[in-house]
Amino acid sequence: MKQYKPLTTSSEWTFELIQEYTEHIERIAKEKYDLDLYPNSIEIIGSEQMLDAYSSHAMPIMYNHWTFGKSFVSNHNSYKKGYTGLAYEVVINSSPTIAYLMEENTMLTQILVIAHACVGHNYVYKNNYMFKEWTDAEAILDYLKFAKKYIADCEEKYGYEEVEKFLDACMTWQFYGVSKYKRPDDLSKKKQKERDKKRRQMMHEDAHEIWSTVPDLNKGRPDEMKKEKFPKHPEENILYFLEKNTPKIDEWKQEIIRIVRKIGQYFYPQLQAKVVHEGTATYWHYTIVNDLYEMGLIDDGFMVEFLALHTNVVNQPRGSAMMNPYALGFFILKDIERICTEPTDEDYEWFPDIAGNGKPIETIKWASTNFKDESFIQQFLSPNAIRHFKMFSVEDDSEKPYYLVNDIHDKNGYKAIRERLARQYNLSSMIPEIQIENVDAWGDRSITLTHTMYNGIYLDVKETVEALKHLRYIWGYDVILTTKDEQGTKHITYIISEDDIDIIDHMAEDEDDEEDQIALAFQGLYGGYIP
Amino acid sequence: MSFNIIDRRLNDKGKSIPNRQRLLRRIKDSLKDSIKEGIIDSDVKNFGSDKQVITIPKRGLSLPEIKHGKFGVKNIVVTGNEKYVRGDKIPKQGGQGNGGKKGSPDGQGDDEFKFELSRDELLDLFFEDMELPDFIKNTIKAEDNFENRRAGFITDGTPARLNIQRSLVVAKSRKTALIGPKRKRLKALKKELEELLVVIDSTKDEESLKSLLLRKDELETEIKKLKKKIAAIPFIDEYDLRYNHWVKHPVPTNQAVMFCMMDVSASMGEWEKEMAKRFYILLHLFLSTVYEKVDVVFIRHHSTAKEVDHDEFFYSTETGGTIVSSALDVMTDIVKERYNPNDWNIYACQASDGDNFVFDNPKVHEVMTQRILPICQYYAYIELDEHRTGQSDIWSMYENFAQNFKNISIRKIHHIKDIIPVFRKLFEKENS
Repeated sequence: MKQYKPLTTSSEWTFELIQEYTEHIERIAKEKYDLDLYPNSIEIIGSEQMLDAYSSHAMPIMYNHWTFGKSFVSNHNSYKKGYTGLAYEVVINSSPTIAYLMEENTMLTQILVIAHACVGHNYVYKNNYMFKEWTDAEAILDYLKFAKKYIADCEEKYGYEEVEKFLDACMTWQFYGVSKYKRPDDLSKKKQKERDKKRRQMMHEDAHEIWSTVPDLNKGRPDEMKKEKFPKHPEENILYFLEKNTPKIDEWKQEIIRIVRKIGQYFYPQLQAKVVHEGTATYWHYTIVNDLYEMGLIDDGFMVEFLALHTNVVNQPRGSAMMNPYALGFFILKDIERICTEPTDEDYEWFPDIAGNGKPIETIKWASTNFKDESFIQQFLSPNAIRHFKMFSVEDDSEKPYYLVNDIHDKNGYKAIRERLARQYNLSSMIPEIQIENVDAWGDRSITLTHTMYNGIYLDVKETVEALKHLRYIWGYDVILTTKDEQGTKHITYIISEDDIDIIDHMAEDEDDEEDQIALAFQGLYGGYIP
Repeated sequence: MSFNIIDRRLNDKGKSIPNRQRLLRRIKDSLKDSIKEGIIDSDVKNFGSDKQVITIPKRGLSLPEIKHGKFGVKNIVVTGNEKYVRGDKIPKQGGQGNGGKKGSPDGQGDDEFKFELSRDELLDLFFEDMELPDFIKNTIKAEDNFENRRAGFITDGTPARLNIQRSLVVAKSRKTALIGPKRKRLKALKKELEELLVVIDSTKDEESLKSLLLRKDELETEIKKLKKKIAAIPFIDEYDLRYNHWVKHPVPTNQAVMFCMMDVSASMGEWEKEMAKRFYILLHLFLSTVYEKVDVVFIRHHSTAKEVDHDEFFYSTETGGTIVSSALDVMTDIVKERYNPNDWNIYACQASDGDNFVFDNPKVHEVMTQRILPICQYYAYIELDEHRTGQSDIWSMYENFAQNFKNISIRKIHHIKDIIPVFRKLFEKENS
């Protein structure tokens, strides 16, 4: 490696230094490690702007909503009280990738952030399969501009109260706007315009699908037609369904549903790849800063600062059930490096495909691009890692006054712990599985949804009732949600009508008396909460 | 180079402002209630000077979250195991464990959300009820008066403030410092060269000539190098630039005193007191923007009058008959003692329900016309008449004053928004 002198030894950064270091960092990334990256846009901001940034999902442009205002106040309060520092790195999945550097950072911190965000995160955004499939880095900022303007225009035309009420309802369901098994459509502006045109045509041409179920008596008896289910198969993309099928819905409301689900779709992979993201970014900042040191571009003083900062970032507090994604991700990738180059017998046993392959960088690149958190952990969490973090698993039964330790970091426990940790990153454990089961198109037009229980866990009653009220507001007719277990047995049913909320507990002792069922439900499940 | 570096620090810092406004709209009713309480609790003088911290319950401040409840069985992976083995039972905190699966313990108390309003936002909400016209709002919200004064030089600034002479002076001194030694050396070299040339001329010996010529070349190259170095030193550098420095200096203004007079007979209830308090606060706020120092004097009266402090003014429970002139007398006494009209701008506001002991009226007339109105900048009177009970003694008298004197304004208050018109003349006068 070519040898240099440190570009600076002072903690003050300058634009010229940032430029020079970035050139070196990008060159190392591309030439030494062959990392394919989006172009970078590095923006220097002040601390208040940083607060602005991550109060609205860090997007530089976003439609206005009161939840972002509240988020700002919360973050501001915490920051002022000293509870949290501001994030060093806020980076946006777009092309060019936008990374924010705070003006208060030292030179070394800026170097770290550049390696972390402009190389690490950038790499995952561009190459990880989840992001390639679900996000369009080149179109997102333009789309947000359109969304912001559209919503602002609606506020002017229809009044901010009505728009806010509708937006609130849609945002409650923003994680249910993704078709997990279909390829998402494009965000580009041109296609947007074409779609608008098409939609207007279609509005005139055909009635909503629902009304095509009005029976044609020549075709058969109404009873038979009634049996035809709508939708034919359970629909998981709830917002999409509402957008296309809500009876008598205004066009602007349809567009708002669409905006909320498009943005939900954009953030969808982010939920499921936190460990992969932070692990990869940390790995690259660690590697590249070390390279800079070996090349002489930074001196011992900087390295001391770096090690302190890095150690802080990957610190995993003991006795905690909250796994620091930086700690976990970084350790796993470093572990992969070790397994590829100096495997132990245990490694050969657990990772026969990669142990000793002598290609650490290639393997790490493969690990960070072809997996999401759940599969990443399931595939790569080694006994070594489990021992390092001294992981153990406990069973938490809400009815018992204790936690039961069921596995620890010994030979018999590794497999179980790995599987349990991986499961914690499964989407269904974070976002309950709810699908649209049926619409009573022929009758009272009520919509029925099914919640499939995960691990036998019920939904939070208060929140669910509020969320279903919002759904009813969008749909316009009664909403019914049934919680079923994996075998299909009904446990609870929520019925939200215009003035009333009913909850039926199917597992109640006296199954035959429905009134009893409801009473029991109110008494127990509701926990005294009267809606 | 596939990257850009952009300095956004001077960009719009208020990206969250529209979001904050939306949040405020949403919780406006809670805010107004909180402010009302704040008015009742706070000092007339302090209202609006500190940032107000409001606490509101969190309920209704979040979108509902579709999530799992606490009930059920789940596995959790934890780190940092030092001592546990399989089968160990770790007690939960708070002793959970509810009989029957129906008990899902979701009873968190409503967390409260702390919220800080800026002075502007606070005043906006305060004024909204009162339907304050814009020009008054602007006056009250306006910043203190400042003037700019010169304060030497500073190394950074805008091109408009560049002080050329000063910069050149600094440049000259830098140049001198840098070039000085070089020039000295150059002079020495040139002298040596000159002497050498003379020696060369007079040397015939081949051997010594060679070495002399060698030396001559050396000298010439060194001189050339040195000249180049000297030329490379710029006559002015960014480091030399000096800019004029301006500092903001508060403008000292005159002082004002505000006399608050209130009738505390039994007919003044909670509503009346709240109206009166808003009335005093408004005048105080207004005066604070115009005068640097505003003193407040509280005089309460029923059949006798007394100067009191803030708390006694609003909360004490003496009652009695009503003799207005007692208050006016006390006011004139205080003015004589402490507030010379030549040094102080005198403002007065009086709140009452209109009654007066009938034989007192001529005295009131005399004191007002002879001694008070002539020295007051402005006299504001509000009659608190929630139930519209008709003409009162004081009213008719003051109505008369209003026609003859320019500096008095009277108003009956049936509703909170009636307060402003009392001040209209005052504000218009100050703003013209």
